[in-house]
Amino acid sequence: MNQPTSHSDTPSAENLAAHGAVVQQFHPRARVALENPQIRRNFRNAMDGLMSKRRSAFEGWELETLRELGANIRQRALANLPDLLEQLEKNLTDNGVRVHWANDGDEACRIVRKICVARNAKTVIKGKSMVSEEMELNHYLEEQGIEALESDLGEYIVQLAEETPSHIIMPAIHKNTEEISELLHEKTGTERSHDVNYLTASARQQLREKFMNADVGVSGVNFAVAETGTLCLVENEGNGRMTTTVPACHIAVTGIEKVVGTMEDVTGLLALLTRSATGQHITTYFNMISRPRQFNELDGPEEVHLVLVDNGRSTIYQDDELLATLRCIRCGACMNHCPVYTRVGGHVYGTTYPGPIGSILMPHMLGLEATQHMPTASSLCGACGEVCPVKIPIPDLLVRLRRESVDGDSERPSNVRGHGVKRGHLEAAAWLGWRWMHSQPWLYRLGTSVSARFRKLLPRTMGGWTRYRSAPKLAPKTLHQMMAQRSSSVRPSARMPQSSNVAQRGNLS
Amino acid sequence: MTDAIKLYPSKPQKVYFYGTCLIDLFYPEAGMAGIQLLEREGIEVIFPRDQTCCGQPAYTSGYHDEARSVAAAQLDLFPEGWPIVVPSGSCGGMMRKHYPDLFRGLPQAETANEVASRVWELTDFLLNVCHIKLQDLGQPATVAMHTSCSARREMGVAEVGPKLLKQLSNVTLVEQVRAEECCGFGGTFAVRHPEISGAMVTDKVTSLVEAGAPEFVTTDCGCLMNIAGCAEKSARPLNGQHILSFLWQRVSGSPTDPVEGDSRS
Repeated sequence: MNQPTSHSDTPSAENLAAHGAVVQQFHPRARVALENPQIRRNFRNAMDGLMSKRRSAFEGWELETLRELGANIRQRALANLPDLLEQLEKNLTDNGVRVHWANDGDEACRIVRKICVARNAKTVIKGKSMVSEEMELNHYLEEQGIEALESDLGEYIVQLAEETPSHIIMPAIHKNTEEISELLHEKTGTERSHDVNYLTASARQQLREKFMNADVGVSGVNFAVAETGTLCLVENEGNGRMTTTVPACHIAVTGIEKVVGTMEDVTGLLALLTRSATGQHITTYFNMISRPRQFNELDGPEEVHLVLVDNGRSTIYQDDELLATLRCIRCGACMNHCPVYTRVGGHVYGTTYPGPIGSILMPHMLGLEATQHMPTASSLCGACGEVCPVKIPIPDLLVRLRRESVDGDSERPSNVRGHGVKRGHLEAAAWLGWRWMHSQPWLYRLGTSVSARFRKLLPRTMGGWTRYRSAPKLAPKTLHQMMAQRSSSVRPSARMPQSSNVAQRGNLS
Repeated sequence: MTDAIKLYPSKPQKVYFYGTCLIDLFYPEAGMAGIQLLEREGIEVIFPRDQTCCGQPAYTSGYHDEARSVAAAQLDLFPEGWPIVVPSGSCGGMMRKHYPDLFRGLPQAETANEVASRVWELTDFLLNVCHIKLQDLGQPATVAMHTSCSARREMGVAEVGPKLLKQLSNVTLVEQVRAEECCGFGGTFAVRHPEISGAMVTDKVTSLVEAGAPEFVTTDCGCLMNIAGCAEKSARPLNGQHILSFLWQRVSGSPTDPVEGDSRS
């Protein structure tokens, strides 16, 4: 996180100031990103590649049917969420996995610490987990004197650079090989190189030792299967398997929405996840974790824990429309296809989850005060909704959050924390004026014909619009005026001689 | 998203023409071209005099009370069962897809749903309801097509424009890279986030110019104003017009703007 944020419901003055800063920094940060050709190129190339890989991966599949299936699986799981969570807890407990519940990120951090302290653990190795980013777990553990090291290559790079992930699947996507080479050289003494294999191998070597010495492994979870009490973890680097099997203690952290009913549910979602995320038919590793090491087994952790984190999710759960947000399986396709994200990258948003999914999720985690820039940072082009493997209507939810930001609907009360934060007197008055003019046809016709008449008086500069474009030009006559003139002269049917082929086809129809 | 399979009506005697406020104020010639194309198909065009705006600007800005008042004023304009044709994917999408949401659970819900079910994007209507055949009377020309995001994703008409253009024997259609990417207009987005929108439209202009088309056509006046405005401001060799204006010029053989033709009558 670029800004410290509070997980509590009543942000302190200090946190409010930090929230304000996140919002206010959006435009300056966007400008910096837009003017940085390196950033523009890195994201454009990466996103173009990901889009094309996704397209090929779904070739020959009935994508719409599969998306429908994915949406139904997730929606059904959410409909039974309380029962599934209880079932998951029971089955995991029966298997010997200890289950913990955390209301927010801070509580989840404390749970992880308690487990570490009980084991006298000094070092934690981490697999990739966005929920742990949400919790700001690394920062917290460091403060408690426990070393936390990322083992996913992208996360490792981001951690070395003292940054946060700029993408939920590819955390270091904002960096190119040269930047990574420089960073590894500076922080670890690795020789500078353009050879990706060399850089990867040297990072791998450094991490290998850490795995052997780590006291605790922390991972995320992609799907938690209630029926069997199984934690599924999708990954490519093998670091996830190392994290969950080498240290004597494994702590999995995940959001409460990640639970599904059966293993069969996983198959559909997995097919969608890997193809949507990285354009892979299957990832290199797919881990299924059900229990700690048994007495007759040679490896695996002695202790396995699952921390189920709420952090605003149960609030989303209470709203039938917003609920769709929780279907997300964190594939990142919405980001890869977002023309805004592609141009500015993830850091500009200033939140754990950036891009379209971040813009509909973060307002519930941080409140609208801190995230009011997010729902508007979209042209509502719909590309995100079109590719979402579980059919989250992201554009509709962005509009819903815009409405909440300005308390714009007296028929539908606002629910989201911080609602109304963006409602300004001036803008509200402007929309009232707009409504007045457009709900009275005579006034509209008068107004528009006067505008057309005095079109030369239209200003030639219009703020941000004319920085990049010429000013729009009003026509000398409105369509209304032209049509009025037309009906007062001749009947339309008598005016237009029909072409002969039309007349013939007219007889046929 | 276009979830429902479209069931096209048979070709009607009459249609309602919903002109949209951008066409009314900035591109009336595109509206007139659409009307003339419909009339050429033997359809009588009813232009409800009391139409103003579909309400979309307030809707996407979150001001749903205001959007609903303005939308409610449009609901009574189409009393007979004729199709409502709209020369815009964006306004069409608002009426077809978002009116039902806007009025859900309210007294006007039934009317809103009924009106929504009759809304058609005009080029879609020409191609798939009128089965229009275009005879090209124009000089050889090369154009690119920008389909608006709402035409593509809300109205599901991405294939319609190119199909119409390919009927024109003297027109070469070229495709720009990332044709499906947004031009950066997004209504108030262009004003709220000018730098991001500016970067998007600059890229769009570049892709169109690099496609080798001196001219582009589009289904929506928002995109037109955005892309053509950016090309003009940055002095790139690219002109744009609404696809309906272009089609009308090609089939009427008249290089003159239909607005002038009309005002002379």
